[in-house]
Amino acid sequence: MPVNAANDDPEKARRFRDAALPHLDDVYTLARYLLRDASDAEDAVQECYLRALKHFDSYRGPAMKPWLLAILRNVCRAEYARRASSPTGAIEDVADKEEQTPLWSEAPETPETHILRQRDASTIRRLVSALAEPFRETFVLREIQNLSYREIADLADVPVGTVMSRLARARAMLRSAWMAEQEPPK
Amino acid sequence: MTCDEAEILLHALVDGELDAGHAREVEAHIATCPRCTAELAAISEMHQAIADADLRYTAPVALRRRIEAALPQAQAPSRRAVLRGFAMGSAVSAIAATGLVAIVLRNDDESRITSEIVSAHLRSLQAGHLTDVLSTDQHTVKPWFNGRLDVAPPVIDLTALGFTLIGGRLDYVDARPVGAIVYRRRLHVINLFVAQTANSETRAARTETFQGFNIRSWSEGGLNYWAVSDIAADELTEFSDKFQTAMKTSAG
Repeated sequence: MPVNAANDDPEKARRFRDAALPHLDDVYTLARYLLRDASDAEDAVQECYLRALKHFDSYRGPAMKPWLLAILRNVCRAEYARRASSPTGAIEDVADKEEQTPLWSEAPETPETHILRQRDASTIRRLVSALAEPFRETFVLREIQNLSYREIADLADVPVGTVMSRLARARAMLRSAWMAEQEPPK
Repeated sequence: MTCDEAEILLHALVDGELDAGHAREVEAHIATCPRCTAELAAISEMHQAIADADLRYTAPVALRRRIEAALPQAQAPSRRAVLRGFAMGSAVSAIAATGLVAIVLRNDDESRITSEIVSAHLRSLQAGHLTDVLSTDQHTVKPWFNGRLDVAPPVIDLTALGFTLIGGRLDYVDARPVGAIVYRRRLHVINLFVAQTANSETRAARTETFQGFNIRSWSEGGLNYWAVSDIAADELTEFSDKFQTAMKTSAG
């Protein structure tokens, strides 16, 4: 079927709209964390929805949200490649260095709970955005998008064990950054 | 179990991803290990702090408009649009008319209702109108339906079985009012739609998939049931099994 004929089918457009648009904020959220740039994120989300509409006929699952997030992730990877080839726009990937971050932090001497609660959303967003890939992606898919380990594994095409170790490391890295920012007690 | 083995599993425990056997093993280890106890507390606290903070972004309105504009006939047609379109067949182009005929022929009664069930589920998630009565108490939710529906839909609390009752709602499917009982599984919503049927025969549950949602439907005691959610098919089956078992128990 020619693509245009498929895309002009208003019934299909309605089904696509009902199924895909409720996830717009989810898709945009992942794009913001993956690309760390609001305007690039908008472009990626728009491209994601165009691709999703194009492939909607052959869509048989998984659930709509992980399917859209997987498409968005592919769009973002293309953007990474573009940035890497541009001399100024490369995303620094500090994964090698971060691999050295120990999973175990020092045993907390003060109750961490009070410290954690003091962080506001914008600070946490900044700390999450500062995580290296692939830990950031895994963390966002789990903690913000609430995907299951299995869904994340399928989406990133890695074993569940890899998802688990990435998530553990992401949380350890985030906690270190979190503690490092701790303001002196008043 | 050693600390090294427990290390990764602590996260899975916090995330509710461990099966009962592994969860017991990890918990047994934690009980004997202060270091892992502290680690678990720290992971849980951070997990909770993350959950409490709103870390999501909202898509700009302009982006939403651009995407909608890219869709053919972006304005959402009502549920009658297909039939209305069919009636005005002479006014639409030959190509569009062909498409409409195909749609009308493809949509037999059952798949139309499936599609409406999924639409109702989506509306409930979209409009901030998930529940009319918000309560985890079945004895609050059940009476709420009195006088709003011809039937009293069974409201069963399955919280202890892993499906949290969060409330009830009046919805419309096939232009008739139906009861929607809302459950939560982790962060996934399950809408259980219940409608009266003239037919009192019992129909065994079966699962179908529509637009990425799983729908499990069955008939019992003069009521039709549709459970719809984006959770996996096997979990939805677990839900309907537990619901039906609990129904039998409560009926004595």
